[in-house]
Amino acid sequence: MRTSFITTLTRLAEKDERVWLLTGDLGYSVFEDFKSRFPDRYLNVGVAEQDLMGIAAGLALIGKRPYVYSISTFASMRAYEQIRNDICYQNLPVVIIGGGSTFSYSSFGCTHMPLEDFALMRVLPRMQVFSPGDPMEVQKILESTHEGTAPAYIRIAKKGEPLLHTDEKDIQVGRMSLMRKGQDATIIVAGRQLANAIVAADLLKQEGIEVRVLSAHTLKPFDSDAVIAAATETNALISVEEHSLIGGLGAAIASVLVSAHLNVPLVTLGVPDEFPAGVGSQEWFLEKYNLTVEGIAAAVRKTQANV
Amino acid sequence: MDNHKDLQEKAYEARKRFLTIASDRGALHIGSSLSQIDILVTLYDRVLSITPETCEDPQRDRFILSKGHAALGYYVVLAQYGFIPLKEVEAYGKDNTKLAAHPVIGSARGIEASTGSLGHGLPMALGMAIGAKRAGWSSKYVVLLSDGECDEGSNWEAILLAGHLGVSNLMVVVDYNKFQSFGTTKEVLDLEPFADKWRAAKWDVHEVDGHDFSELVPALSDMSEKEGKPRVVIAHTVKGKGVPYMENTLDWHYLNLKPEDLEETLRQLT
Repeated sequence: MRTSFITTLTRLAEKDERVWLLTGDLGYSVFEDFKSRFPDRYLNVGVAEQDLMGIAAGLALIGKRPYVYSISTFASMRAYEQIRNDICYQNLPVVIIGGGSTFSYSSFGCTHMPLEDFALMRVLPRMQVFSPGDPMEVQKILESTHEGTAPAYIRIAKKGEPLLHTDEKDIQVGRMSLMRKGQDATIIVAGRQLANAIVAADLLKQEGIEVRVLSAHTLKPFDSDAVIAAATETNALISVEEHSLIGGLGAAIASVLVSAHLNVPLVTLGVPDEFPAGVGSQEWFLEKYNLTVEGIAAAVRKTQANV
Repeated sequence: MDNHKDLQEKAYEARKRFLTIASDRGALHIGSSLSQIDILVTLYDRVLSITPETCEDPQRDRFILSKGHAALGYYVVLAQYGFIPLKEVEAYGKDNTKLAAHPVIGSARGIEASTGSLGHGLPMALGMAIGAKRAGWSSKYVVLLSDGECDEGSNWEAILLAGHLGVSNLMVVVDYNKFQSFGTTKEVLDLEPFADKWRAAKWDVHEVDGHDFSELVPALSDMSEKEGKPRVVIAHTVKGKGVPYMENTLDWHYLNLKPEDLEETLRQLT
């Protein structure tokens, strides 16, 4: 996803000289080409996130289109009030890219694990929040932020995520993308678990369970219609996210269901209210929280047993 | 010698108008507004290339009041130079009006950024200045900080970067009235040696009497891009300047001027 991010941003920068790339001294080996091609529109402010967000706001105030990169935890938390006051309150077209999913830097400890960024960014007025599930979604979302003028936060995973979409037209910002059709249950995914969800759905199909898979790449504005349709057309919902179970995708879905008076089983997969303990690989942590093909499939089967 | 009588008169008028509105509306931060008036009058009269007619020009000079709590003392000066209708400033503090107790972008002409939480103005002005410099614009970017605000780490992130990059179209003015919320800056969090800190961060440092126009005018109007450095003018000011009984007291950060005391206060005003 990181490659898709920088490739797309470079293309936007070629077309539009208002596009800037700012970093808080992170992104080694990713930004060198952008820096050499657009030295006047690249700025590394040093390890100074408050300054990073304030400078981005200042650039936007004089008409620039800043894209700001840091690791997801620092991008979403270290300068939260700058994001709120300087960017959202002033309604500026600043796009923040949080690099890394929850366990992308698994061995670095919880300082590098974004557990709360969806929740923190969703609650900010005017902020659009994205969690793309494959490189094509990254591309489409970046392009849409450039077409629009609202502030945005995009959490991208690191690298190696498979391409899951075949047609750009299937990706519309603000609308969930239908990845698999089905009527027995619906898996709704925000982020890099999308690949696992699709494999799980294909596996379940062989067992006779037809599962709809939706990519909730846009967490805000949230596609309530797709949730309501899934809740009325299928028997159960399973939300999958690499995030705290508080304030993220599962919470957004639950809120829609309650508001629409829909009584349908909802299983939320994610990280419970804790700092993940232990040290290990990304895969080790994901297994611990059932964020795997088998974990997702098991959650779906359980809902079918209740039907 | 030019004693800048015109500026003195404008500053007197601004203080008078400020006190009149503040007393009627029970406004706070009276001392903070009074200490900055001479700086603001100098900036809008002699330094900033901006008028109500040019305030939409992308390449205009821009000023940010980072010490947003002194907004009323800013609005009266903006009104004086034609950016805000006086009527709107006189409606300050009433229900369903435009001007908040901290500046909000878009609420009036001339307001370049929303402030109120301290330590936000300088990084934004730095972003503007870097963008403008790289675009080859000749515009300048000026921020007014309070001394208490210099406790904020966000300012020091920007101070380091501005010095490192030599952002010479950026000027900071510090309203150094020596008081912050709970006491003197010396008691709460001493900034001294203040000028040395800026110098160490590669800034072009000037210290002036912040109420003496013969010092303010040259210090603020000379953005000669000395050695490719950003410029800081540390303006030694008096909290509550102009009203003897308010001067150098912490109380007038919080107290309201009672309407019945206005007449005597204006009589004492210098």
